[in-house]
Amino acid sequence: MARIELEQVSKSWGDVVAVEPTDLVIEDGEFVAVLGPSGCGKSTTLFMLAGIYAPSGGSLRFDGQVVNEVEARDRNVGIVFQSYALYPHMTVHDNILFPLRLSKMPRSEAMAKVERFAALVHVDELLDRRPAQLSGGQQQRVALARALVKEPKLLLLDEPLSNLDATLRLTMRTEIKSLQRRMGITSILVTHDQMEATTIADRIICMSKGRIEQIGSPDDLYLRPNSLFVASFIGAPPINLVEGEAENGALYVSETRLPFLNGGAMGQVTLGIRPENISFAEDGLAGTVAAVEPMGRETLYILRTPIGHFSVLQTSSTKRYEVDASVNLQFAAEDTLLFDRASQKRLDGVQVHLP
Amino acid sequence: MAVGRNAMQARQRANFILFLGPAIVLLFLFFIAPVVVDIAIAFTDMGPTLRVTEFTTANFERFLSGDRRLAQVAVTTLLYVLGTLAIFNVTYGLLLAIMTTSINDRAGSFFRAIWLLPRMSPSVVYALLWAWVIDPTEFGLLNQVTHGVMGLPLIDLMNDTPVLLIIILNGFIGASMGMIIFTSAIRAIPEHLYHAARVDGASGWQVVRHVTLPSLRWPLSFITVYQALSLLVSFEYIWLVTNGGPFYDTTVYALYVYKRAFENGQYAYGAAMALVLVAIGIAAALSMWRFLDMKSLLQPPRIEVH
Ligand SMILES: Nc1ncnc2c1ncn2[C@@H]1O[C@H](COP(=O)(O)OP(=O)(O)OP(=O)(O)O)[C@@H](O)[C@H]1O
Ligand SMILES: [Mg+2]
Repeated sequence: MARIELEQVSKSWGDVVAVEPTDLVIEDGEFVAVLGPSGCGKSTTLFMLAGIYAPSGGSLRFDGQVVNEVEARDRNVGIVFQSYALYPHMTVHDNILFPLRLSKMPRSEAMAKVERFAALVHVDELLDRRPAQLSGGQQQRVALARALVKEPKLLLLDEPLSNLDATLRLTMRTEIKSLQRRMGITSILVTHDQMEATTIADRIICMSKGRIEQIGSPDDLYLRPNSLFVASFIGAPPINLVEGEAENGALYVSETRLPFLNGGAMGQVTLGIRPENISFAEDGLAGTVAAVEPMGRETLYILRTPIGHFSVLQTSSTKRYEVDASVNLQFAAEDTLLFDRASQKRLDGVQVHLP
Repeated sequence: MAVGRNAMQARQRANFILFLGPAIVLLFLFFIAPVVVDIAIAFTDMGPTLRVTEFTTANFERFLSGDRRLAQVAVTTLLYVLGTLAIFNVTYGLLLAIMTTSINDRAGSFFRAIWLLPRMSPSVVYALLWAWVIDPTEFGLLNQVTHGVMGLPLIDLMNDTPVLLIIILNGFIGASMGMIIFTSAIRAIPEHLYHAARVDGASGWQVVRHVTLPSLRWPLSFITVYQALSLLVSFEYIWLVTNGGPFYDTTVYALYVYKRAFENGQYAYGAAMALVLVAIGIAAALSMWRFLDMKSLLQPPRIEVH
């Protein structure tokens, strides 16, 4: 329902720069997720879109209209706050009703909508309670209903599911997604849960220190990270990073030589391989098992090798190795990611392989 | 086990004395004992010579039927207490709190500091200042402005609007208490509630109406009760500035009691009237307690002491 454009939008408080000048376009009806470490400016960005904070610079447009000066109440956005921000003296019912009451919607229509949205997020049993009498997850769902009830043209979700149990989170995730589809609301979801981001969003924005590091599909971020930051932030357990020196067509990590397969590089280069892309084999890089962490369907091994520690993810059904067992590692050249350490950027098309 | 229980009981007793002892001693020394003494004197004929010759209920008979001045004093007191509360201590205090918290921090603190000045200045200095402000000649501060600068006729607040004068006099001091309590209550409201209300479509006034005021229900009750009671018994500023005059126009009940007892030496009658004030105070406090649901102001203890 709205196409959102940010052009060099920034926010700072005195010397504190929360968001650096940022360009971003979110298409009408698109669902994007924002990932990034704590304090990287996710909430600040949402607050600027909601009209709670005025940008320090740049221009913010909804459907081509500059909205920098438009007050929050005239923007028709819905927001779920990280802290829920339910009105403590109002019942659940009145909380959800509040935006409709302010918009002077006819009473019977407003009541019907409250019922409908309360049922949608499964709080229809709790309408007479006050927020203090609700669990964290229930409060979160009420906040969601309050944000949705006015059918906003932009929905901003600041970690809206963080307090739900795993099952409920999964249902709510699906619920939000199908609701968003049906209502066609442009939505932005801030989350710390990568699974959530990848399953719910069309595109993911990865932020760090007030800057957008990369925007792309889940595959883009996972398979083709632009920078060392994105590579190490996306993926769990995190990617293995090994620092080496590139010369004479190979990457040298201490004494070990890893020849370049495609292209080449010079200077300080970091090699990244994801734990799930390493396998045990008859030969290859020799190492010993330092730790074993069963994780249910998969088992995580921490291995000591001449070129550093590696974490390796194996399905638990394969042969189990004990601590101190000697193993050999293999990885395919196409799974290697190489980064220039000076610029922190990925070296596109460059790969290494085990000799 | 038995030993353990005895030890625990002993500790509970020790804790009781430790935690409540000082408060009980103070309560006894400064509340119960004076009231007992007051009751005793109220039933005597103690006069200027401090001699007691008989025990009598004459003071109460006089109070109920013989004191022609009392009706006027009661009306003045009512006007004074309700007026000061309604105009200054609650309404203006609330207004100050809301305004000084919605402008930037430094300006807000500055204005609050200004409104604290009357409370912090010694009462005599404050009273002298007022005496200068309301001086009915052209030398009074007020008249220097209204008469000297604006050319209006001379104003004599003391004679023209005496009750309004004592309301303003006390209100300037009283407003700061509400202001401080309300300010800290407003500060305690999570900022996100304001953000949420804005996004939900509330105007500035609607934010105050739906977010700020509901959170101030308890502080408002508290200030109303507390200030009503303290206005009822305080008279120092009135005494210093108008001395109850002109004639008896600004003689509030507490001041009337003081005058009867200490200026006319009718100690026994004064004690009887003070007793009535104590009774009124207790009744007012209890009824407001019920009426305003003060019980919910009291939180259950955060930690349990065994
Ligand atoms: N009102 C403020 N005044 C000054 N600095 C602020 C203010 N709000 C946020 N910041 C700073 O801006 C930066 C970004 O904050 P923001 O709340 O956007 O982080 P976030 O990405 O939402 O983090 P989290 O995941 O922990 O919620 C932080 O360094 C924070 O300290
Ligand atoms: Mg945040």
